[in-house]
Amino acid sequence: MRHPRKTDPTWADVTPKPLWLNRRALIAGAAALAAAGPAAARLPKGRFSTDEAPNSWDDITSYNNFYEFGLDKGDPKRNAQRLTTDPWSIVIDGLVDRPGTYDLADVLKDQPLEERIYRFRCVEAWSMVIPWVGFELQGLLNRVGVQPGAKYVAFETLLRPDEMPGVARRVLDWPYREGLRLDEAMHPLTILATGLYSEPMPKQNGAPIRLVVPWKYGFKSIKSIIRITLTETQPFTSWNDAAPREYGFYSNVNPEVSHPRWSQASERRIGDGLFGRRRDTLMFNGYGDEVAGLYAGMDLRANY
Amino acid sequence: MTVAAAINGALRPVPPAVVYVLGVLPALWLVMLLFAGGLGVDPVRRLEQDLGLYALQFLIAGLCITPLRRLTGINLIRFRRAVGLIAFGYAALHVAVWVALDLQFRWAEIGAALVKRPYIVAGAAAFLMLVPLAWTSTDSAMRRMGAAAWRRLHLLVYPAALAAAVHYVWLVKRWPIEPILYLAAVAALVGLRVLWRARRPA
Ligand code: HEM
Repeated sequence: MRHPRKTDPTWADVTPKPLWLNRRALIAGAAALAAAGPAAARLPKGRFSTDEAPNSWDDITSYNNFYEFGLDKGDPKRNAQRLTTDPWSIVIDGLVDRPGTYDLADVLKDQPLEERIYRFRCVEAWSMVIPWVGFELQGLLNRVGVQPGAKYVAFETLLRPDEMPGVARRVLDWPYREGLRLDEAMHPLTILATGLYSEPMPKQNGAPIRLVVPWKYGFKSIKSIIRITLTETQPFTSWNDAAPREYGFYSNVNPEVSHPRWSQASERRIGDGLFGRRRDTLMFNGYGDEVAGLYAGMDLRANY
Repeated sequence: MTVAAAINGALRPVPPAVVYVLGVLPALWLVMLLFAGGLGVDPVRRLEQDLGLYALQFLIAGLCITPLRRLTGINLIRFRRAVGLIAFGYAALHVAVWVALDLQFRWAEIGAALVKRPYIVAGAAAFLMLVPLAWTSTDSAMRRMGAAAWRRLHLLVYPAALAAAVHYVWLVKRWPIEPILYLAAVAALVGLRVLWRARRPA
């Protein structure tokens, strides 16, 4: 595949916006790219986007933690390509007014897609800047109707052993699961992403739809989602289950609270090369102005 | 013994310098990859990991030389010093990459890691044990110390290898199989050594 560069017109530049909402058209749009010239309907660059230079397509799509496809960071790119992402549907259930199995096109219906260029900080002390395409999770939650008793949102990744070589080994208690507090899920920074660099989401990055929560460590941003459940109690989360002392439910980026085995005080930006300068990690990954209020009065050392 | 004898005979004219040349090849490979952009999107980590792994592999290779002779008669003792020094070289480069390219001389973080992070402590212990071995690797050092004291000191290679393998097991996120196999290999070699020592008449 040719790697898109920032200056190239992409299918996002040339595809009329309503077609975005239909995934088959989305694939057709990519094919039509060759024929069409730059046109209207460029994706709006969403609020909250950083001005930092995004990582290259190569960085973002060849260095992934997606253990369903293997433990090595190169494994997802190698092994995820035979994942079937069409058809795709998401079960939305629990404390919602309109539970059901939603086809992906239905999930995307009427949700305004925009580009969100976010910092992404992995718990392993590396980071990237990623131009996601997505929409705010709250849009979807409002549409299905959150019931008053709901306090948390639980997410689940697809588990399909014949397409996921990594799940043969019980590295984690599959399927991969994550969760947010309801106010975190409703925060406008929290998005469901369906693409990056104006391309459909690559499989190794969590096609066709994944969560992105930029102020938390990357593993909270669960990939290839097939279930969203509104719950009253704090849901099971995979890394917390695997190593509770190392990975808390919140897992907010916090330079002052070390992982038991390594420091979180600083990070290396992928793509900066051999002599790239190490950076100080920012509280809430630099999104403190937006999200610190969610945790007012909470002891973030105890609630790591 | 005939196969072993044939191998020993074939190796007799081979100078240990050949081992140094072979031992430098993985490093040259990394340098080549570096310039070809073949180290991936995170070259620092790739260098750090590969150097650490080469160090451990050469260390284990060195530990295999005595059992190999006892079990098969193949005698590679002449090459052991070279193998050990190459292991030390890779370990030193590994630590250098950590200090210079990964943590970039952030001494506060380096110091904190060296006292607080168990896997770093294990790696540092391994490295500290290897330093006196490399230091006393010369013929003159051996003469100065006397064979018995020299041999006793060089038993440190066993705990060093154990610490390095533990370091590896400890730093990974879940339980991938490779570090466990390395640790098992080192444990087996240490076990053999202990067993043989115990059996030796006093
Ligand atoms: C002060 C001493 C040492 C420090 C600070 C240190 C640091 C590190 C770090 C930070 C990593 C992790 C790289 C990553 O995956 O992000 C690592 C990996 C490793 N180190 Fe060390 N290390 C030390 C000594 C040693 C020694 C003496 C050996 C072997 C003789 C060794 C063998 C390894 C191995 C085998 C790995 C794993 C490579 C892989 O993941 O493939 N280390 N070390």
